[in-house]
Amino acid sequence: MFADNIIWFPQEASTTARDVDIFLYFLISVCGSVGLLVAFLLIYFSIRYRRRPGHLPLPSVRTNVPLELFWTLTPVGIFMVFFVWGATIYFGAYRAPDDATVIYGQGKQWMWKFQHPEGQREINELHVPIGRPIKVLLTSEDVIHSFFVPDFRVHMDVLPDRYTSTWFQPTVAGTYHLFCSQYCGTNHAGMVGTVYVLKPADYQEWLNSHSEGSLALEGRKVFLKYRCISCHSADEHARAPVLENLYGSRVRLNNAESVIADEGYIRESILYPGAKIVAGWQNLMPSFKGQVSEEEIIELIAFIKALGRGQTPPRVESYPPPVTTPPINPTKEKP
Amino acid sequence: MSTATLEPSSLPLPLEEPKETYLNASRGVMSWLLTKDHKRIALLYLITVTVMFFIGGVAITIVRLNLMTPRGGLVEPDTYNKLFTAHGVIMVFFFLVPVVPTVLGNFCLPLMIGAKDLAFPRINLASWYLFVLGAAWTLFAVLAGGVDTGWTFYTPYSSKSSHYNVIPTMIGVVISGFSSIFTGLNFIVTTHKLRAPGLYWWRLPLFVWTIYATSFIFLLAVPVLAMALILVILERWLHIGVFDPAYGGDPLLFQHLFWFYSHPAVYIMILPGMGIISEVIPCFARKPLFGYTAVALSSFGIATLSFIVWAHHMFVAGISIYAAMIFSILSYMVAVPSAIKVFNWTATLYKGCISFEAPMLFSLGFVALFTAGGLTGLFLASLGMDMHVHDTYFVIAHFHFIMVGGMVMGYMAGLHYWWPKISGRMYSDWWSKMAALIIFVGFFLTFLPQFLLGYAGMPRRYHRYPEEYHVWNVMSSAGASILAVGYALPLFYFLYSLKYGPRAEPNPWHATGLEWQTSSPPPKDNFAETPVVVRGPYEYEAEKAQNEP
Repeated sequence: MFADNIIWFPQEASTTARDVDIFLYFLISVCGSVGLLVAFLLIYFSIRYRRRPGHLPLPSVRTNVPLELFWTLTPVGIFMVFFVWGATIYFGAYRAPDDATVIYGQGKQWMWKFQHPEGQREINELHVPIGRPIKVLLTSEDVIHSFFVPDFRVHMDVLPDRYTSTWFQPTVAGTYHLFCSQYCGTNHAGMVGTVYVLKPADYQEWLNSHSEGSLALEGRKVFLKYRCISCHSADEHARAPVLENLYGSRVRLNNAESVIADEGYIRESILYPGAKIVAGWQNLMPSFKGQVSEEEIIELIAFIKALGRGQTPPRVESYPPPVTTPPINPTKEKP
Repeated sequence: MSTATLEPSSLPLPLEEPKETYLNASRGVMSWLLTKDHKRIALLYLITVTVMFFIGGVAITIVRLNLMTPRGGLVEPDTYNKLFTAHGVIMVFFFLVPVVPTVLGNFCLPLMIGAKDLAFPRINLASWYLFVLGAAWTLFAVLAGGVDTGWTFYTPYSSKSSHYNVIPTMIGVVISGFSSIFTGLNFIVTTHKLRAPGLYWWRLPLFVWTIYATSFIFLLAVPVLAMALILVILERWLHIGVFDPAYGGDPLLFQHLFWFYSHPAVYIMILPGMGIISEVIPCFARKPLFGYTAVALSSFGIATLSFIVWAHHMFVAGISIYAAMIFSILSYMVAVPSAIKVFNWTATLYKGCISFEAPMLFSLGFVALFTAGGLTGLFLASLGMDMHVHDTYFVIAHFHFIMVGGMVMGYMAGLHYWWPKISGRMYSDWWSKMAALIIFVGFFLTFLPQFLLGYAGMPRRYHRYPEEYHVWNVMSSAGASILAVGYALPLFYFLYSLKYGPRAEPNPWHATGLEWQTSSPPPKDNFAETPVVVRGPYEYEAEKAQNEP
């Protein structure tokens, strides 16, 4: 019988889910009371003042300014409570804790791809441990998708050529739907994955059985393959800035502004090198747009994130710089 | 249909047809196709939008049938996508947005302000032709090949990924947009220049106020939609790179432009409905509208605020957290004037003398459904809740409560209220009350399950879905079948009344509006002599005092 399978409520499988549900109960109680009050008054007045023989409309007030003010200002007050409560939950869901594990997700028509920091790759599946904050960094290869796990109450659009992110901390082991909720074409309804929430030991076992070498290590290979090392070496006097300890630092730009070097900045600098130029440098770098894949960008970012002081691989002169690189400009200022 | 149930002899006083009416003033097809009479143009619109409504209805019927099973095997995925797109495009752009202004507004606005016609009768006719051209164009695009972007046309899906008739559909929508602009312009000038002597601004009926406010939204918002759609057309055709990140464009820009039109458009749909309710409730409660000034001003509050809430459609689209906060607060602010209206309508019933003919039943249904839709809108305006229910069936249920529960109920109330004036005939009292009841019940059965579906996480625009959503989908489809019966009924009894209905008195509801002070149906020039207005619009108590000295 199909009614056995009825769903009243999604599971509460993340820390956010609890917060959203409590907020829902609050909204239902307040809005439900107002709705019932209006319904009661409509029905009561309709019966009490129905037209019947001998009943004429009673003379009554046409307006009442204090009453108008009351039912204007009371909603404003209630709405502000709704706003503040809702914004608090949104804030919490917006910024991931600093120690969150970062998983890279890509949407494309019509599948999900994920890469773990240790290098594991999955398609339409996502394995995560209980009790750890997980940040998902998302991008799309084609149109807009949306990462939606109802049981976590988490929702974020996935945009082409840009990173967006969301985070969650699973609380209950199990399997959960991952939906694409932004319409993306023919098989939109098939762009459905499964999130496996595992106990820490099971998760470790899963990681071990799927290890492929960490993302940062893969990124190192990409870094050498595209000969980034020719310019971005450990030498401060080379053609391009040193990348050690870059991630998360504040970078001064040649237009007197500055940016935090996050994933979006690194990605942009690979694809559109002229968009933001570091103060004291000139735009010599060719664009790698169309050459480097989304996966490789993610691996490069992981490599740069992991790149500490003194860890830049030695420059191997047998790899010449990319052919499109302009000659070294001798008038370059030193920062 | 051929057997008459109403015997002429059973009528209390068989009225004679007025000698000259706008319906018999001239004859022949050309006298209709080239008419400059606002009342005839209103009827042309009535036929056009009714046809569009039922085409949009057929599309969604197949969608709901497909969703009866989780596998959704009735139609192919692409067909399904084209059907819900056809439903959205047709219902929004060719039914909900134009219906009340062009049918009831066109018919009633000059009558309600004591004018002979609109300020620009030729522009009025031209706007109908533009509308028909846009509608025909869009219908052709939708039927011959179809379009699968959803009515929201989000880029980059619409600008580079979709393989179907995106450009023709958009051209049709842009053409019909010009029709709306013409109509809005016409109504604004008419309201300013053609009011009868003594009809000061604060004596205007609220329907006129809301049509006037709606006209401003037409003028200010529709050009933005036209611009956004033309940019998508150019992007698809010439790859100009406004929305495509590969050329340095921004796909989110389209969402900003689109919602800058489409959120005010929601109020284009609902404001005239609110105007109708403000006419009907005082009439059937025999009471002046409670808080006339507050209700009139709240229409302008809504019209103004509706322009600055658009990004609440984009809370999880990747906008900044500060923008999200501002748009959340503003969205709550736009709910305040709506709440004011609901409370004032309810207060109007207090100490009234209420009767329950079909217009009143539809109006009470409007207040109930609009209140439910408005209250669930408060859930969506909240950032934390929208984060979960965005793009799920919760959103679908919410906006159908407003746009179908509210707006279509309001339109039905207005159509039933003014039908005696439009046609000169009375429709069946019993059948019309049944229709109101069936639509109300069917509506709840269709859309209440969708709130549950949405919170449970079912995304919109899915042609198949996981098993656990099955029961609610079946319930929703079952409710929709009841709703379909409710919407088909008026078609029958209205058509029946044209031939067999008893003749309507000039003022069958004993209402105070100017439109009731001329014969039913009105003569070609509306009034035998220009009326002079000496009091406010809802003086039901004064009327009683005069009639019963």
